[in-house]
Amino acid sequence: MSDMFSTQEQPQTEIDLAAAEALLGTDADRFRHDYLEVRGLRVEFDGFVAVRDVDLTVTQGDLRFLVGPNGAGKTTLIDAVTGLVRATGSVSFGRTELLGRSTHRIARAGVGRTFQTASVFEELTVLQNLDIAAGARRRPLTLLRRRQDTPEAVERALETVGLTALRDVPAGVLAHGQKQWLEIGMLLVQDAHLLLLDEPVAGMTQAEREETGALLRRIGSQRVVVVVEHDMEFLRSFADSVTVMHQGRVLAEGTVNEVQNDPAVVEVYLGAPAAESGAAPAKPATTEGDLP
Amino acid sequence: MNVFTALLRPGRARTLAAFGLAAAVLLLAPMVLSPFRLDLLAKFLCLAMVAVGIGLAWGRGGLLTLGQGVYFGLGAYLMAMHLKLADAGPGGVPDFMLLYGTGQVPGWWEPLRSPVSAIVLILLVPAGLAALLGWAVFTRRVRGAYFAILSQALAAAFAILLIGQQQTTGGTNGLNGFRAFFGYDLADPLNKQMLYLIAAGALLVMVAVVRQLSVSRFGELLVAVRDQEDRVRFLGYDPAAVKVVAYAVAAVMAAVGGALFVPIAGIVSPADVGVVPSIGFLIGVAIGGRATLLGPVLGSIAVSWAQTSISEQFPSGWIYFQGALFILVIAFLPGGLASFAGKLRRRRAAAAPGDAGASGDAARDHELVPERSPA
Repeated sequence: MSDMFSTQEQPQTEIDLAAAEALLGTDADRFRHDYLEVRGLRVEFDGFVAVRDVDLTVTQGDLRFLVGPNGAGKTTLIDAVTGLVRATGSVSFGRTELLGRSTHRIARAGVGRTFQTASVFEELTVLQNLDIAAGARRRPLTLLRRRQDTPEAVERALETVGLTALRDVPAGVLAHGQKQWLEIGMLLVQDAHLLLLDEPVAGMTQAEREETGALLRRIGSQRVVVVVEHDMEFLRSFADSVTVMHQGRVLAEGTVNEVQNDPAVVEVYLGAPAAESGAAPAKPATTEGDLP
Repeated sequence: MNVFTALLRPGRARTLAAFGLAAAVLLLAPMVLSPFRLDLLAKFLCLAMVAVGIGLAWGRGGLLTLGQGVYFGLGAYLMAMHLKLADAGPGGVPDFMLLYGTGQVPGWWEPLRSPVSAIVLILLVPAGLAALLGWAVFTRRVRGAYFAILSQALAAAFAILLIGQQQTTGGTNGLNGFRAFFGYDLADPLNKQMLYLIAAGALLVMVAVVRQLSVSRFGELLVAVRDQEDRVRFLGYDPAAVKVVAYAVAAVMAAVGGALFVPIAGIVSPADVGVVPSIGFLIGVAIGGRATLLGPVLGSIAVSWAQTSISEQFPSGWIYFQGALFILVIAFLPGGLASFAGKLRRRRAAAAPGDAGASGDAARDHELVPERSPA
């Protein structure tokens, strides 16, 4: 208890990469060579084609950013991969075909996601949130008992996302950025090996963004990570590679530099040659589709 | 953690004390109340069992079950059928069947002749039906108001079915005129007292079960499913399975309440299982506080009690009073009367910050605990 109070003096919510190391280090071999492979993906809503002919391959150690203007189909793509919307084509992770499976089975196959609006269980405490995330493989009889002690993975995740001191606080009262971190922590204890993050740094302060980026890079080295993000500053700092979507198709793919200089991308975003990319480096990009 | 230190934890000690107090009050009642009043209280306890189940399914799980009359009725009718057969003696035919029916006991009545299989069926039939129905409904992601309407339609259909089968279910009259309960004469006041004690014991057990479920990991999961069903799905759980368990437990509790109601009230009829009684079960839960452990029980007993005493004074006034009470609680106290206690405690805690716990202090230091409005 006493050391808990001593840490109160410092800013208590801080990403702890060492703890992330301990968490990610466990059981990493099983998925070592796995990658996400999307082939000919098509999503249709009542005749409107939201995503068409999308091919996408993301490997471990390649922190992939998915960008594109509003309505480009980025979130729909994630929805299709996680089983939320019906799609045709093929999505496989590891040797598992994901399309056609129910959402919770896809999750059990090692796929985790976050949402644009942080969706944590607001009435439950931070600890309870993480404990639930860690427990999908628990046996029914274990569920009927009260939690006696904190699982090791949950403890590590609390440290990783810097919420150890707030473990007994209802998640609903957390600050926005802390909720996003809690969600990332939930993905980690869930043992997801494919992480799909929908605008993970939206609404975060600059310092929080940098810590989140560092954590995502750390996770990306051992997991397959896809990030949907509008913040170009954030993208430039942390993306290994970028996929640009437009009107449901993949428009371009490559490193940040390649994509920035791709004429097709420039045309879609600006309708004109690219503006000077360093024009407003400190400005947090909030408007959608705000490409350099 | 051994048993002794577990008992000393503040939460558990308080719970045990509250249980002891409730048990003492329930045990003392036979000495204080007249046989007539005791009978009424026993009836109220049976209705409260339904409320305990609703508290779990609705309060914790968000399943607005407007049709618990079905499960209450299943338990009640199965018990009533057994009592009729037992009264008729081995191989005998229940009296009403001689009057209205063919004078033959239908085949589907026969399993209820044996007391053991009757008890087993009273537990299994509602559980099975609830599981089947719940699975069909929840996997299709029917929820909220749609689920409520569906469950209510089921109660209406069940009552109509019973009325239509005059020869085998007694129709509108229902089943009544029971003479004995598992061999014990129902005219004997001492046996009535025993029935009361069985009902009190069953109610306490149910409250204990719901408490255990609520503090367990299952209880946390149930709240998570109530608030963010999709999020739970993305964590790898099947929310339908979680809901089915809560729904089936509530169904069994309603059935046991119904089964004990029959020998105590001496009658069960379609009027006890249809839409109106199904909503009636809910009102006590809403007024008491659906998300709390004791709110549903106390609310249900209080509403039953008020119904009886107000009906004694103003024979037709109760229905207006009930409506007004329901509107007032929903409008001004959505958490039920039990949320009053929580509000007071929070206000007192806010007035005396020195008493707050460590985590409260830690949180306040970083301005993380704004005034939270109860959802």
